[in-house]
Amino acid sequence: MTTLTPLDNLFQFHQNALNLRAFRQQLLATNIANADTPGYKARDIDFAAALRDVTAGRTVSLNASNGRHLGAATGNDPAAVLYRSAQQPSIDGNTVDMDVERNRFADNAVHYDANLTFLNSQIKLMLAALQG
Amino acid sequence: MSLLNIFEIAGSAMTAQSQRLNVVSSNLANADSVTSSNGRPYRAKQVVFSELVFGGATGSGVKVTGVIEDPSPGKQVFDPKHPLADAQGYVTMPNVSVVDEMVNMIAAARSYQNNVEMMNTAKTLMLKTLSLGQ
Repeated sequence: MTTLTPLDNLFQFHQNALNLRAFRQQLLATNIANADTPGYKARDIDFAAALRDVTAGRTVSLNASNGRHLGAATGNDPAAVLYRSAQQPSIDGNTVDMDVERNRFADNAVHYDANLTFLNSQIKLMLAALQG
Repeated sequence: MSLLNIFEIAGSAMTAQSQRLNVVSSNLANADSVTSSNGRPYRAKQVVFSELVFGGATGSGVKVTGVIEDPSPGKQVFDPKHPLADAQGYVTMPNVSVVDEMVNMIAAARSYQNNVEMMNTAKTLMLKTLSLGQ
């Protein structure tokens, strides 16, 4: 990990949280967009676990029980993407439940907004301290 | 920035849903077209959706991979006075099910609305992010 100034440290948590929220928002958008695609499986992340991992500096990786196992190409994903277990899967193999997805999408948007508000107040606090 | 991706995701879904709506309106309009340029009754059409994976990015949109024709047989209507009636006096009507198409139309419209709201939410969030620290 790179060395962080105290100012970086102050904003780090909210930066990580906002990144994860934006990432999750994108996944939920994909679910809603593919609500009518046959065979599509709804995806989401475990936000609490992902935030814990990011805060602790852990990255996404696969468990290897044997030395010859290959690592997965996880790309730039900030969190492990999981499939949702559907309450009422449809007959074409699609597992998007529109009520659930809309609910999560709105919930995630409010959390993102809250994060921004907290970050904003931190910035204001720091500015007040700097300017006196 | 991953929020920007939502515009592409919702946009592709809106394009796909409007194409579905187009096909539905074509089916409804031709529900009574007993003949067409090839001399056969109109056949109902359906769109096929599939996931559109963007290179590198996590989210994926929707694309229409094709428009298929419904293979089910057309309805036979007994009307010996009709100029297109066969030897037994039956006319083959298009295989459009008006009730199915109406349901399809409502479903497409609702999905389109969902995507519009999704885009609005993403826009609000992005504008708030832009005004961070002001």
